[in-house]
Amino acid sequence: MICLPTASCRRPSSTVARARPLWFALLLALASAITLSFLFLPVLAIFVNTGWGRLVSSLGNSQSTDALRLSLETTAIATAVIALVGTPAAYALATRSFPGKAVVLTVIELPLVLPPAVAGIALLAAFGPSGILGGALKHAHIALVFQTAGVVVAQVFVASPFYLRMAQTAFAGIDRALLDTSRTLGSTEAGTFARVAVPVAMPGLTAGLALAWGRALGEFGATLMFAGSLERVTQTVPLAIYEEFANDFPAALALSAILVIVSAAVLVAVRLVAGTVAFGSAGR
Amino acid sequence: MLDAELIGAVGDVELEVALRVSEGECLALAGPSGAGKTTILRMIAGTQAPARGRVRCGDEVWLDSQRGVALPPEHRRCGYVPQDHGLFPHLAAWRNVAYGLRRTGRSERRRRALELLERFGLAHRASARPETLSGGERQRVALARALAVDPRTLLLDEPLAALDSRARAAAARELAAVLRGAGIPSLLVTHDFHEGALLGDRVAVIDRGRVIQEGRPEELAAAPRAAFVAEFTGAVVLTGRAYRDRGPLTVIELDRGGTATATDAGEGPVAISVFPWEITLGPCDEHGHDSAQNRLIALVQSLTAVGNRVRVGLEAGQPLVAEVTQAAAEDLGLRVGLEVTASWKATATRVTAR
Repeated sequence: MICLPTASCRRPSSTVARARPLWFALLLALASAITLSFLFLPVLAIFVNTGWGRLVSSLGNSQSTDALRLSLETTAIATAVIALVGTPAAYALATRSFPGKAVVLTVIELPLVLPPAVAGIALLAAFGPSGILGGALKHAHIALVFQTAGVVVAQVFVASPFYLRMAQTAFAGIDRALLDTSRTLGSTEAGTFARVAVPVAMPGLTAGLALAWGRALGEFGATLMFAGSLERVTQTVPLAIYEEFANDFPAALALSAILVIVSAAVLVAVRLVAGTVAFGSAGR
Repeated sequence: MLDAELIGAVGDVELEVALRVSEGECLALAGPSGAGKTTILRMIAGTQAPARGRVRCGDEVWLDSQRGVALPPEHRRCGYVPQDHGLFPHLAAWRNVAYGLRRTGRSERRRRALELLERFGLAHRASARPETLSGGERQRVALARALAVDPRTLLLDEPLAALDSRARAAAARELAAVLRGAGIPSLLVTHDFHEGALLGDRVAVIDRGRVIQEGRPEELAAAPRAAFVAEFTGAVVLTGRAYRDRGPLTVIELDRGGTATATDAGEGPVAISVFPWEITLGPCDEHGHDSAQNRLIALVQSLTAVGNRVRVGLEAGQPLVAEVTQAAAEDLGLRVGLEVTASWKATATRVTAR
């Protein structure tokens, strides 16, 4: 290195190099600490305030177990519906270009930012007894309002954008050459979708499904307005928590703790499964 | 015989090409990126539709826009190897090879796939995932996979580009043997003329969607029809104005000073080209002039060792490059800033109209 006798050169350059990262590193550490404790503390508080005995006894309460069973059933159905219909739809969005595509993508994301109350009203306006499809549904003997099916509809409505968005990104990230090569090797477009696109996009698809399932499990506002809060029919865990919250706060806490445990267990399971399905960077 | 006439667009470049490749022959499409090379392969494979065109392979018509014929790619049976080889990342090597063998039974598919891998010396890597294979191994798996479907033509996109320079020479030899042995028309695209010359029986130089010149590699190098082709074959290109003088020789007044002579005919604005290895360097005070010998005083700008040779970047009004042996470079005491005489024969000077 050529050292010219200037002011900056007389100072050892190492202190200049180290001075900046130090305060920045502190800033990063502080911001991370605040973020983590803010996010983790409330969750921790649920468990601090709930004794182990209380947890077990609330599992003996039929209202809690019914709500838990209903939540698991409806979210399983909602997630299955989202995967079955959403996967080909996301593939179409990722591989086709058509006029108005940007508009379609925006419409898909709309339920993400819609307030839950608005989502409930919107579902009623569409599928409610006096909604635009109300007559047709009644004619087909399909009842949604105050029915378990209505819970699933509300969950699919709010959760599917999460999956569609992630699945579309996962499909769009596949090297076009892979799909082209599959076709030249004799696979039809449908065959290529099943044999190459879905397996290669699988890490993104599972992550998207986990997110969608989590959103469906937490669904509250739209369900309450569209399907109501009837025990054993439409009262999922979030609705049961809300009801207990007014009468019996410790019971609400215990149920919340159970929901946290179930969600965490499913997320970890998905991570593990996705980890074995994923194949590192080659998956992109 | 593969016969393709394609008209379409690549971005904002108009594509219009006609290509013909006989059985057992390899045509190398060589050109810079953005010339439309990959698009041409896709149009022949059927994964992209041209605006208009015809593609025939043997007695099959794959595409005829006038008659509304457009076979989907799965019915064309092209052995397509995309750039970076396009191995399916979720499948083991043998399953990649077996991908196209769908109408045969399960055990038969595995047997056939292993047989092909064996032929490429990769039987021991059969159950390896693509990400654990080396570049050369990936290329061989991709070739085995393309050959597994008993293709009617081979389409290779930059087959050597993904390999490091050590693996490239071996892969090129192997690939040349495969292409010769396949007995079907093959079309490969490359951005490197030398790669095209190495692998192709003929080279078609393509730029901005059009074939500029087509012929045997040595023909293109010896008689480029355009300055672009000359430059692409690796020659030094200088511009100037030509006029006829002194009997059989053409004299070219070079832009920015100096003159050159050539045995090729030419008049008006021209580009002359000469290969770097035809240019010899000597000390500046060297005398003796011979009309059949071109001489330019040049300033050494850069020195790059390539194997036992040295590429010398020179400035003589226009930039030029000479390639000399390591020994010659040492004898001359070549260094940046040294003034030297660059000389080459009039017979080694190609003249193209500009």
